[in-house]
Amino acid sequence: MKAYDAPITGQAPEHSAGKRMRFPADFLFRKLTGFIALLVAAILVAILIALLDEGSQALHTFGWGFLATTTWNPVTGKFGALVFIVGTLISSAIAMLLAIPVSFGIALFISELAPRWLRGPVSTAVELLAAIPSIIYGMWGLLVFAPWFSRLEPWINDHLGAIPGIGALFRGPPMGIGMLTAGIVLGIMVIPFIAAIMRDVFMITPAALKESAYALGATTWEVARHVILPYTRTAVTGGIFLGLGRALGETMAVTFIIGNSNNLNTSLLMPGSSIASVIANEFTEATTDLYRSSLLALGLILFLITFIVLVLAKLLLLRMERNAGGKP
Amino acid sequence: MMSLRARRRAINAFNLTMAVLTTVFGVFWLAWILWTTFSHGIGAIHLSLFTQDTPPPGSAGGGLRNAFVGSLMLLALALAIGVPIGVLAGTWLAEFAARRKLGGMVRFLNDILLSAPSIVIGLFTYSIVVGPSGHFSMFAGGVALSLILIPVVVRTTDEMLRLVPGALREAAIALGTPYWRLVMRITWKAAAPGILTGVLLGIARISGETAPLLFTALNNQFWSTNLWRPIANLPVVIFQFAMSPYENWQKMAWAGAFVAIAFILLLSIISRLILRRGVHRT
Repeated sequence: MKAYDAPITGQAPEHSAGKRMRFPADFLFRKLTGFIALLVAAILVAILIALLDEGSQALHTFGWGFLATTTWNPVTGKFGALVFIVGTLISSAIAMLLAIPVSFGIALFISELAPRWLRGPVSTAVELLAAIPSIIYGMWGLLVFAPWFSRLEPWINDHLGAIPGIGALFRGPPMGIGMLTAGIVLGIMVIPFIAAIMRDVFMITPAALKESAYALGATTWEVARHVILPYTRTAVTGGIFLGLGRALGETMAVTFIIGNSNNLNTSLLMPGSSIASVIANEFTEATTDLYRSSLLALGLILFLITFIVLVLAKLLLLRMERNAGGKP
Repeated sequence: MMSLRARRRAINAFNLTMAVLTTVFGVFWLAWILWTTFSHGIGAIHLSLFTQDTPPPGSAGGGLRNAFVGSLMLLALALAIGVPIGVLAGTWLAEFAARRKLGGMVRFLNDILLSAPSIVIGLFTYSIVVGPSGHFSMFAGGVALSLILIPVVVRTTDEMLRLVPGALREAAIALGTPYWRLVMRITWKAAAPGILTGVLLGIARISGETAPLLFTALNNQFWSTNLWRPIANLPVVIFQFAMSPYENWQKMAWAGAFVAIAFILLLSIISRLILRRGVHRT
């Protein structure tokens, strides 16, 4: 017995020096993978620094006024971001108005109503909606959806446009393209992201909770509204923010159909512009340093907005995960 | 007046009907978009599409050969950069940092990167590759696409490795296997179908990405395989052609869209099959 304990070979001191000395390759492997993981995490920081650096010229020249000015004139070298910030926010807001109720309906259908054999196919179909590249949404939107929608617009003009107050939002020439069309197509694009999260969390709502409510005589809708939704509220909100993050940064589809006008319009039927669409349209044509720097500063603004929205989304989803994990 | 019971039942019936209708609404768009692409694209598919390069504006004939080849090369480049980085980073998260705070932070940032707008990735790549090197290039396009691929691969590798049962690792450690060999020979192997699925889904995602290529790989009307020159690629060609007033270009854009959608749907289906087979085996 004693012979084993005694340091008779050169191995023993190495053992006592710690695990890492036993297999030097282990130490290396751990450090290498760790370094690369930190590198991946550093990408976000690098994006922030690079955009700040590149956009600094525009931010120095125009100061905070950059955020509040509506002029965007490459000829005179005057640049302001307000038109594009507003365009981004409005098109995303329209998208969310459409996507939230539809996603909720889809998730409810898949988790509560659909027969077992239909769940898989419907889930797959909705997920495939997310697989279609945004360039194809854009092309379809411009060449197929917009002409069809332009025939609907006179009706919108006559009916919604006649409502006092909000009517001004719905008056305009029936061109098919514009803020409203972009918002609708964006909404369709983010449905799969929101619906998938809602479906997943609806599915993990404990059966005992639902069954208790059914036993008290609740209808399916009442169970959804008063049991499932409260239980999953944080994750549902997180899913909505995740979809919003997607909508804000979506580029190609919007570039095709928003109309690319650099003016602010009260009507949603008029063309507009979003941050992403103006970058996609003008970046390669930016001839002066200030012009390019202004576009990069726009990119910085977009990055910061989506970053905040996505962080909120992740925090809400993590909270749900922790709560669900903590329950028996 | 309705009784309370009848009212509750009516509300129930109405809302559940709405749930069914919204589902139909969602699937309807998928069907419409797929049908449009199919019906417009199928007529424009000719052999010349794969044997000739993009035509100049307004002329007849031509194909998309340079765009297809360019896209495949960009994909290969993105995979060569993105897969090793993504798999190694995911391995660290699952094997060495599963419960560490630092691991949680990296995971969090990676998830944000996963949803970051692709146009911002394009601007970033422009400022770190195109700006310093002075010109647009295939290399810059590959870097931009790899930045979109990496978070997808990191996430699936991490998730799939964490599904590997701990007993497998303990058995190998009990035999005195070094940890790096254990990871390479046992856990990677066990998680391979899952990781492969992640890579395939990543390819599906980046093969349609346009925004990050607009000012990195740019576009090229001619045949090129030079790593340091702008290169034609399918998404940007579709963008340019679909926006143009020329009928021949628009037809070609639909053909390109059809090929792209077919490729992406095929990848999605294959990855699902792999995942299912992998699950059955274990």
